[in-house]
Amino acid sequence: MKRLNAQGLSYRELNEKIRALLDSGEKEIVIENVNGQRYIGTGVKAQARLVVHGVPGNNLGALMDGLHIEVYGNAQDGVGNTMNEGTIVVHGHATDITGYSMRGGKIFIRGHVGYRVGIHMKAFREKNPVIVVGGKAGDFFGEYMAGGTLVLLGLDIKPGEQIVGNYIATGMHGGEIFIRGKLDDDILIGKEAKVLEPEEKDYHRLEALIKEFAEYFDLDADKILAVPFIKLIPYNKRPYGNLYAY
Amino acid sequence: MSAIRMNPPEFRVVRDEEKCIKCLVCVRQCGFEAQQYDPEEDRVYSLDENCVACQRCVCLCPTRALRIERNPVPYKLNAHWTPEHIHNINKQAATGGVLLTGMGNDKPYPAYFDRLLLNASQVTNPSIDPLREPMELRTYLGSRPDYLGGEKDRYFGPTPLVPIETPIMFTAISYGAISHQAFEALARAAKAYGTLFNTGEGGLPEDLYEYADHAIVQVASGRFGVHSEYLNAARVIEIKIGQGAKPGIGGHLPGEKITASIAATRMIPEGTDALSPAPHHDIYSIEDLRQLILTLKEATRYTKPVSVKIAAVHNVAAIASGIARAGADIIAIDGFRGGTGAAPLMIRDHVGIPIELAIAAVDQRLREEGIRNRVSLVAAGGFRSSADVVKAIALGADAVYIGTAALVALGCHLCQKCYTGKCSWGIATQDPYKTRRLNPEIGAERLYNLLHGWSHEIKEMLGGMGINSIESLRGNRLHLRGVGLTEAELKLLGVKHAGEGM
Ligand code: SF4
Ligand code: SF4
Repeated sequence: MKRLNAQGLSYRELNEKIRALLDSGEKEIVIENVNGQRYIGTGVKAQARLVVHGVPGNNLGALMDGLHIEVYGNAQDGVGNTMNEGTIVVHGHATDITGYSMRGGKIFIRGHVGYRVGIHMKAFREKNPVIVVGGKAGDFFGEYMAGGTLVLLGLDIKPGEQIVGNYIATGMHGGEIFIRGKLDDDILIGKEAKVLEPEEKDYHRLEALIKEFAEYFDLDADKILAVPFIKLIPYNKRPYGNLYAY
Repeated sequence: MSAIRMNPPEFRVVRDEEKCIKCLVCVRQCGFEAQQYDPEEDRVYSLDENCVACQRCVCLCPTRALRIERNPVPYKLNAHWTPEHIHNINKQAATGGVLLTGMGNDKPYPAYFDRLLLNASQVTNPSIDPLREPMELRTYLGSRPDYLGGEKDRYFGPTPLVPIETPIMFTAISYGAISHQAFEALARAAKAYGTLFNTGEGGLPEDLYEYADHAIVQVASGRFGVHSEYLNAARVIEIKIGQGAKPGIGGHLPGEKITASIAATRMIPEGTDALSPAPHHDIYSIEDLRQLILTLKEATRYTKPVSVKIAAVHNVAAIASGIARAGADIIAIDGFRGGTGAAPLMIRDHVGIPIELAIAAVDQRLREEGIRNRVSLVAAGGFRSSADVVKAIALGADAVYIGTAALVALGCHLCQKCYTGKCSWGIATQDPYKTRRLNPEIGAERLYNLLHGWSHEIKEMLGGMGINSIESLRGNRLHLRGVGLTEAELKLLGVKHAGEGM
C-alpha cells in the first residue's frame, strides 16, 4: 500500500503520480487531501484499489477499465463516465451524469445524485453496468438508457421530498430501472418506458446488489429489501422506428 | 391512397430491346428492385417508380442496353411550387413522418469555390515545375507552442504533431453508415498514402486495428465503441460535436442495420437502435468541452492530439475561438454541403453556412486573437476537386476532409438513398449480397489514385504560383481573387476582386 498526499497538487501532477505507482505494479493507493482534482483514475486499465479521501473533481474514473475506487467524501460530475469495467464506491453524494454511457462495472453511491444519472448506459455482451444510489436522484434519471441496471433506494429522504425528479427514463430503449417504494403520481415518466412490478428473479438480482451495497456502507440489507420495488423497462428497443417518411 | 401512387416516378428506365441479351445482370444488381424479370413471358422489364438513378445497371449492362432518363413531370410550370415540394408533401401526407435523405445539400446555393480564382506567376517571379523541383505537401496537424521552447508550459499538452503526406484526409464515415468493405478501403488507402481516415462515431472494427495508426477515432454523444484501447490505438482523437449535413441534431442508426459485427464494433446489443443524442450530455459549455478534451488527453497520457469537429454555423468564428482556448489541437469545420448517410431533408437543405465563409471567418478570428498557432484547421463539406482544396487552404485551412468525393471514387453515383440501406454499389448497405461487390483492395487503389491525382494537381497549382510548399499557401489570400462577389462577400472571404493587383 502506498500513500499520496494530494494537497497542492494539480490534477495532472496527482494523476501522473498515481499512474507511475500503478505502472510499477502497486495494488493499493491511498490518496489523502483530495480537493477537486479531476480525472482521477481516468482511462486507467489496471486491477488495483484507489482509496480517495476528500472530494475528487469531475470525471472520476472516466473511461476506466478495472480499478476499484472508494471515495470517503462526496464526488462531483461524471463519476464513471464511459467506464468499461471496475467499481466506484462513494461514501457521500455524487452530482450530475454519474455513469454516463458506462458499459460495464458498478457504481455505488451512498447519498444522493444529481441530474441525468445513468444516461445512455449500455450493455454489451457479458457486460451489464450497474448503478445503485442510496438516496434520491434528480431529473432525467436513466435518460436514453440502452442497457444495464439502475437502482434507486431513497434512503434518508426527508418528509415531502421526492425520491426522483421528472422525466425518468426519457428515451429509454434498453436496460432496467428499479426504484424502492412507489412513485408519486405527479412525477413525469418518459413516454418510452412502462412501470411494472418486479418478478421474483428480479428480486434475486436486487438482493445480491443490495447486499453488496449494504456491505460497503455498513447498512442492513434486509431492512432495505423489506420495502417493495417498482421496475421500469422500455416499451421498445426501437423508440424512433416510425419517425420517418421514405 | 398510397404516397407512391400520388407521385409520378422521378426517373424512367429505357431499355434498348434490340441490344438486350436477357442476361439479367440488371435484375440482380439493382438494389431497389427497379429491374424485374418475368420468367413466364421471358421478359425483362422495369418498375420506374423504384428507380433512384444510381446507374448501377447502366454501368454493368454488358451490351449497354440501358439508359435512365429523368421522367418529365407534366405539371403546370410553377417556379414556386416545384415538383419536389409537391412530392414531399404527398410523402408526408401519407406517412406523417420526417422527410429523410442522404448525401449533402443539393440545392442551388452559391458555391464560393466557383467564384474564386487562383493566381499564377508571370515574368516577375518564376513558377516552379513540380516534376523537376521539390514540392512539399506534407502537413503537420496539431498545436504549436506560443513561442520557441514554449512546449514545457503547455497546459493542454504538449501532444505530438501528426504528419500527413498530402493535406487531404478521409472524413468521418462510420462503419454502419457504410459497409465494412468501404470502410476498409478508406483505411487501406489512408495507410498506403500516408494520410488519415476517420472512423466516425461507430468505433473501429477489431479486424482493422492494423490501420489504427492512420485513424482519427471519434468520440460522439453516443460514445459508441469508445474505450481506452480504441483511444490509445488511434493517431488522433476527434470529439464530434456536429456535422455539416445536420447541424444541431443527433442521429439514429436504426436497429435493422445493427448487424452482429456493427453491434460488436459499437459495443451495443444487436438490433437496438443506436441513438446519438443531439448534444453530449457532459458538454453544455466551452468549459465542459475543455473537460472532455482533458479527459481524453489524461486517458491517453497526452500522446494523442484531440480534434473537435463542428458544423459551420452562424457563430462559427466565436465558437472556434472557444474550442481553441478549450485545448483542442485541431478544429474540423464541416460546411453545409457535407454529406451523410441519413439526415432530415429540411435540416440538410436549410441549416448551416458554406465552408468557404466559415474557414475564412475562423482563420481571421484566430489570427486576430493571436491563437492561430494553437490549432490546425481542417475544412470539410463538399470538396469536389483539388482546386477546391487549394482554395480552402488559401482561405486558411491546414488540411481538408473529403467524404463524398471518396465515396464517388468507390462507385457512389449520388442517388441520395443511403438511408435506405439498399445501396446498389455496396457502399451504404450491410446486405452481404451487395457489400461483396466492393472489393476493398480495388477500392483502396481507386482512392489512392484519387489522392495521387489531386496531390499532383495541387503541386502544379502551387508551382504555378511560384510556391514550393503547401505551408506557404495557408491563409495566403493574396493568391485568391473573387469574381462576381459583393463587397460583403469579398470582405468576409478576405479577398480582392479579380482585376485588382497585389
Ligand atoms: S443488364 Fe442489360 S443486357 Fe442484361 S438484362 Fe439488363 S438491360 Fe438486358
Ligand atoms: S452511397 Fe450508395 S446509396 Fe448513397 S448516394 Fe452513393 S450510390 Fe446512392
